[in-house]
Amino acid sequence: MKLVVAVIRPEKLNDVLEALFLAEIKGLTIARVQGHGGETERVETYRGTTVKMELSEKVRLEIGVSDHFVDPTVNAIMNAARTGDVGDGKIFVLPVEQVYRIRTGETDRAAVTPIGVPPG
Amino acid sequence: MALNPADTAWLLVATALVLVMTPALGFFYGGMVRTKNALNTLMMSFSALGFVGLAWALVGYSIAFGRASQWCGGSEYMLLHGVTLDAQGTIPHVLFFAYQGTFAVITAALISGAIVERMRFGPYIAFITLWSLFVYAPVAHWVWGNGGFLAKLGALDFAGGTVVHINAAAAALVCAIVVGSRKDYARQAMLPQNVPFTLLGAGLLWLGWFGFNAGSALGANRSAALAFANTMLAPMATLVVWTMLDLMRTKKATAIGAATGIVVGLVAITPAAGFVSPMSAIILGAIAAFPSYFALLYRARTRLDDSLDVVAAHGVGGVVGALLTGVFASKVWSGGAGSGVIDGNVRQLGIQAIAVLVTIVYSSIATLIIVKIVGALSALRATPRDEGLGLDFSQHGEEAYSRGEGAILLLDRRSE
Repeated sequence: MKLVVAVIRPEKLNDVLEALFLAEIKGLTIARVQGHGGETERVETYRGTTVKMELSEKVRLEIGVSDHFVDPTVNAIMNAARTGDVGDGKIFVLPVEQVYRIRTGETDRAAVTPIGVPPG
Repeated sequence: MALNPADTAWLLVATALVLVMTPALGFFYGGMVRTKNALNTLMMSFSALGFVGLAWALVGYSIAFGRASQWCGGSEYMLLHGVTLDAQGTIPHVLFFAYQGTFAVITAALISGAIVERMRFGPYIAFITLWSLFVYAPVAHWVWGNGGFLAKLGALDFAGGTVVHINAAAAALVCAIVVGSRKDYARQAMLPQNVPFTLLGAGLLWLGWFGFNAGSALGANRSAALAFANTMLAPMATLVVWTMLDLMRTKKATAIGAATGIVVGLVAITPAAGFVSPMSAIILGAIAAFPSYFALLYRARTRLDDSLDVVAAHGVGGVVGALLTGVFASKVWSGGAGSGVIDGNVRQLGIQAIAVLVTIVYSSIATLIIVKIVGALSALRATPRDEGLGLDFSQHGEEAYSRGEGAILLLDRRSE
């Protein structure tokens, strides 16, 4: 199993969710986060105060998948989240030691397989 | 005629009330867009106060209230020449000018509801300024100006149902089509960022509308009192019917529905305010809820991204109000100024329909020409990237709800 962690633009979230849905990847967690990845600077002015926004709004997705689902997941996110400008985000694929499904106590591959799909 | 102190005092107050309607409209609209476009939407109303207001003072007022012909005013009042303290009716001319100016501002700002969240700010300002001169001012001349042809025809429009609401809605429809729909329209849910803003805006619009309708009597008199009472009663009836429709359809009385119902009632009573009995105003307000309610539902299922439903609220509500004015206008209540179908004057309904049609046709064609010219000089739409980032940052360099995390103070930009 792997944990796919992606940091993307908030305005691309819907495109990414749509792409993941089409690729039949179900089960994910998202969080609104702030971060900085070398975007071109964003300057805002309020009366006499001019500020440079060093942190941008981002969305972080976490998706636990079985190994053969890693590529479809990464591709779906990559294609849907890309604008070509600096600041499109990152995708990290991390090894996972153990997964439990709380409701049933299932572990590992069975725990990351969506309901109604035979593990395999 | 001599100046009348009571009339002058009331029009001073009424002018201030109508002026506040434009910021109120900003809040009404601003609550319904997404967070990233809240400031831009508010600015579309606030900026009209400056740009349209000045254009009105320098040129527009003369086109609307000058004398040249039945189609268009002349140049005698341009640059405020001849707008003096002398009596215009029973109030100082300069007060009459100011009062009318507040109408020009809000009419232009109404259009913004159709193109929020994607139109660039500069072309928007250019468009509404030109529109106020070439569309609003002539139509105002036809209905209210010296010898305007719709006035001669006998069209009844007490406070601007045709001039303001139908006129703005026709322009809004053209703008929505030419500018095109938002890139996320019909692809993902776009929820209102602040529903309390929308209710606040609707409440302030109702307050301001007393100046709009009762002030249109141009005096502190019986006609003003009638318009005032009707401006209170009609939206009450619309609000009740709207809430019932909501309850029947979804079993929930929605807050945005309440705000919309109030505005539709206000729009509908506008042309009728000083002509119909209070009981007729209640009936008119109740009837007006139906067409707009179902127009809103229908529009949301079409490809037409009239984002904040200017056409369903102001267009449909305005047409219903204009036609029902021709039905309910009463000789007794209007002091002989108008009579409709209930007085046996069926012809009035036809005249109302002609005024509505003429306004829609002229406003649509002239709007199309202006928006095409502005579009030829400069892109109307924000780029998809700017639209994605939101117009608050891309057009104004600000955010509505900035938390300041990660903001680094630039002390002196010249030293960079």
